[in-house]
Amino acid sequence: MKNVRIIPRLDIKGPNLVKGIHMEGLRVLGQPWEFARHYYENGADELIFVDVVASLYQRNSLKDIISKTARETFIPLTVAGGIRTIENMKDILRAGADKVAINTAAIQNPEFIRTASRLFGSSTIVVSIEAMLENGKYLVYTDNGREYTGVEALAWAKKAEELGAGEILLTSIDREGTGEGFDEELTIMVSKAVSIPVIACGGCGTLEHVAGVILDGGAEAVSMASVLHYAMAGRSDAARITGEGNTEFLRSGRSLSTITPLGIGDIKKYLRSHAIPCRHELDGINAK
Amino acid sequence: MQSKKTVIVDYGMGNMFSVLRACANAGLDAVLTADRKEVEAADAVILPGVGAFGAAMENINRLDLAKPLKDFCASGRPLLGVCLGFQLLMTESEEFGMNRGLDVIKGVVRKFPVPNNEGAKVPQIGWNAIKQCRSWEGTVLEGLVDGEYMYFVHSFYVALDSTEAACSNTSYAGIEYTSSISRGNVFACQFHPEKSAWNGLKIYTNFKKRVTGE
Repeated sequence: MKNVRIIPRLDIKGPNLVKGIHMEGLRVLGQPWEFARHYYENGADELIFVDVVASLYQRNSLKDIISKTARETFIPLTVAGGIRTIENMKDILRAGADKVAINTAAIQNPEFIRTASRLFGSSTIVVSIEAMLENGKYLVYTDNGREYTGVEALAWAKKAEELGAGEILLTSIDREGTGEGFDEELTIMVSKAVSIPVIACGGCGTLEHVAGVILDGGAEAVSMASVLHYAMAGRSDAARITGEGNTEFLRSGRSLSTITPLGIGDIKKYLRSHAIPCRHELDGINAK
Repeated sequence: MQSKKTVIVDYGMGNMFSVLRACANAGLDAVLTADRKEVEAADAVILPGVGAFGAAMENINRLDLAKPLKDFCASGRPLLGVCLGFQLLMTESEEFGMNRGLDVIKGVVRKFPVPNNEGAKVPQIGWNAIKQCRSWEGTVLEGLVDGEYMYFVHSFYVALDSTEAACSNTSYAGIEYTSSISRGNVFACQFHPEKSAWNGLKIYTNFKKRVTGE
């Protein structure tokens, strides 16, 4: 069996790390950089940064965070959110991203995938698909789950591959932020239909969920946010928040009752004990 | 004393900035350039690259870099090839018909079989183990543990004519292939050490020691 990747997803609004449920009701959880460093040092295989409001306001405020992360961590970094032009891509790659993920811009102009993958190489271009189940069909949404497109996820995934996408970041809007488990049906449907890697995202709540979406969903990589973030949120170093946003959750000192926080080390140990190979420290030290 | 100058060959294939940052982390004084004179005058060269072999050789030929690079390999000064930069050192590649490489090391670049009996997707994108096939002492892999994980992104792999130069093997899509080589001053790897966390950075630190003669 192939090695799978564990990829923390960091949703960013302004200067802060945020997390919502079904992509709404964003809570401020802390400083993105502190989370990124923690995940890097604890064995994350990659990082995904998502500027969750960029698409809405057509701006991208991630560059400072990307630059700092790229200077101090040395694992692949994917950036998503509000990337609409080749110039945007150049900017983000120059700031330190290794890959860019596009959703809205690709739906509006599918040829953009081809242009971008020819210019930067397929392995640099990730197509992000955010899908919701409606009347038995998985339909694609854009603008971080806000805009209905009517496009079917399966057909869109195949087309994205054909146009030169290197990977698919597949998010279930129904499961996103709930901790109820990945949408394995959505994942296996897409994974079986394309020959490029699929990153499953949305719904991770337990170790069994991670193993399930790999074994039954056919995911090459698994991305998660809440389960990792809530283990970190509230730590004094991460909680120095600035700027606007809903900070009530952080101030209250509560934990999220529906999700038991997990560490990356816990996840990898569990996977390996279930014969799912993944990168791990060979000398038994789980950090730098 | 003037510091040793490392040149990262920027021939328009892929993101060179991550290589530059890894050099900075290792304390290596490096610059990006496509100028053949700078390559000729460098104390050390890094040949990175992501993308298509044919397009890369086209760029290298257009920039008149093929001969300076071959001469550099023969000069005894340290050279590090990464990913496509490793493949370009081979005799030829079967990517979209046959393409001639720099022919510094005898070997062919082949595509992973699709479909394959392992159900492995191509490109390989992710971490994989590098298995020792000879001692790493005196190579830039020195100090790493046999079976260490490195980050790979590729659809093509290197098949050497003779495995003498091979340092490590890696398995993917049912193929066991050479994932790094070392021959005299020339070291090259299929994986991205600049994206392979602290273990990958050790390779840059080891390379720096060769450049500065520490």
